[in-house]
Amino acid sequence: MKKIKKYIVATILSSIFTQQIFSQKVVLINGAGATFPYPLYSKWFYEYAKIDKTVNFNYQSIGSGGGIRQIIAKTVDFGATDGIMTQEQEKLAGEEILHIPMTAGAVVLAYNIPNFNQQLNLTAEIISGIYLGKITKWNDVKIKKENPDIDLPDKKIVVARRSDGSGTTYIFTDYLCEISKEWKTKVGKGTSVNWPVGLGGKGNEGVAGIIKNTPYSIGYVEISYAIQNKLFYAKVKNKSGKYINPSVESITAAIESKAKNMPKDFKVSLVDPEGENAYPISGFTWILVYKKQKDKVVAEKLIQFLKWAVTDGQKYCADLIYAPLSENLRKMVLDAINQIEY
Amino acid sequence: MGNKNFADKLFFSVTKVAAFISFALIVLLFIMLIKESGLSFSKFGLRFFITKVWDPVVEQYGALSFIYGSVISSLLALLISVPISLGIALFLSEFASKKLKEFLSIIMSLLAGIPSVIYGLWGIFVLAPILRNYIEPFLQKIFGFLIFFQGEPYGLDMLAAGIILSIMITPTISSISKDVFESVPRNLREAGLALGATKWEMIKIAVLKTAKQGVIGAIILGLGRAIGETMAVTMVIGNVHEISLSLFHPSATLASVIANEFAEATTDLYVSALFKIGLTLFFVTVILNIFAKFLIYSTTKKYKV
Repeated sequence: MKKIKKYIVATILSSIFTQQIFSQKVVLINGAGATFPYPLYSKWFYEYAKIDKTVNFNYQSIGSGGGIRQIIAKTVDFGATDGIMTQEQEKLAGEEILHIPMTAGAVVLAYNIPNFNQQLNLTAEIISGIYLGKITKWNDVKIKKENPDIDLPDKKIVVARRSDGSGTTYIFTDYLCEISKEWKTKVGKGTSVNWPVGLGGKGNEGVAGIIKNTPYSIGYVEISYAIQNKLFYAKVKNKSGKYINPSVESITAAIESKAKNMPKDFKVSLVDPEGENAYPISGFTWILVYKKQKDKVVAEKLIQFLKWAVTDGQKYCADLIYAPLSENLRKMVLDAINQIEY
Repeated sequence: MGNKNFADKLFFSVTKVAAFISFALIVLLFIMLIKESGLSFSKFGLRFFITKVWDPVVEQYGALSFIYGSVISSLLALLISVPISLGIALFLSEFASKKLKEFLSIIMSLLAGIPSVIYGLWGIFVLAPILRNYIEPFLQKIFGFLIFFQGEPYGLDMLAAGIILSIMITPTISSISKDVFESVPRNLREAGLALGATKWEMIKIAVLKTAKQGVIGAIILGLGRAIGETMAVTMVIGNVHEISLSLFHPSATLASVIANEFAEATTDLYVSALFKIGLTLFFVTVILNIFAKFLIYSTTKKYKV
């Protein structure tokens, strides 16, 4: 027995010591923010750990608002957000913060019409009409006009939307503001808004749950939730008049079409783009870093990781249904990362 | 001897500190809530509690619809839960055999231990479809002329929240009531029976009357739990910031709006308004708890032999 005890003590002690020796070399980088890109970021951290064993990432997916607050308070090394920082927030930060786009996602309109398994065509007018409470029935003339071959039921539309603040809501209301003057003046855009109609579900999973369980419902969710929950979702007519199926390719097409006039700070909305094959309701998600870094070791490691994420790391996007950055954009983003000083 | 005395003193101080910590926590929490909601107080003042516009885009905040949602959903829960809970408590204290009593008590404490998110999931996937397809159309058919049962039944509404809450508070109310009933002295019961009362009359005269205050205390503790409940309610109440008399209308509560919006509250005023809602909730809960403790204390003291 004594021998066993000694053995156990020795093992514990040795493991503590070896860990300590190794941990001296490992750099810990803390981040916090958006929940939307969390699955992708986790994958990146996991894969990156194989490349560089001397860095460890700790990411808290507390929401974009939390990410912005934490980077302003300098309690994290990087923040993450689905919406750009407001001018007031940048003033609060005091120093220049870079927005680095990492990937993009789409918001889809998913629906549940019993005994109906076709893909609906929707337009900006229909979507804003439904969410303003003006189009209330599935067999409304406006919906019929875009879907002439489909027999739509004479049923009330049950509208579902997010009840919690969310980047998904930001992208969706950003789109509605872009395409509907009435929406812009009556409701506006934000991570949460004063909705004219609709049942609120908490999280993408909450909205997906409402759609799944409520006949004749429609709601907006992040694309991967619609796919995972096997919900039907609509094609949406884009600026050039084509009906576009939301997919990784059509989101990247949206990025590409905006890349031509991309501002240097990347603070740009992807909604309602020009491109012929571009899906109209999508948005970037950004990592926030201070331009002037304080800690040299952390800064070096963070820059290396960011460079890897926007180049090699992009190959992990599509599997998790995030849109990779287009080739042109990657170069611009690398230039931006090179501006970080330490 | 001196040593033992010292140990006693040490033990006394340690427990004293521990007790003081809980008090300090409450005070600190209260100070923090007041401080953090300062911005909202200076902007909206007391108007906050009587306006119902909640619009983060233009930064207008009013809590009335949430106060209404919290109060009505909790009262609805009591309306459903109290008769059932008292039935359970009376059965356990007056009629059940010892074995059955033990078995049912275990079941009740199990029910109390289920995490609220599980109740919420059950609410979305089981309760809401049943309400939408059967119960609500049925209620509408019979009582449709009343304003409480008008509107489109979605299954995610005030009624669903009330039912979920009633299930969640039943273990609390019934187990405390059971203890209160059992604390009624034996000689009171025997006196009732000796006067020729039937069992029901004896319960009415001796048990219910004596235990009245304690039962009220149990109900108020249940009410406190219902008002503070967050996750399950958020999942079934539909989260619409409006005031409607209809039970088929979705609503929102004080706790649910904090759970929903805190993570993405981006501006200082927004955060402050949410803290102010927390403060409101804090007040309501503290007041109810003090009241309940006082009532329970006064009954149990009176009949201690």
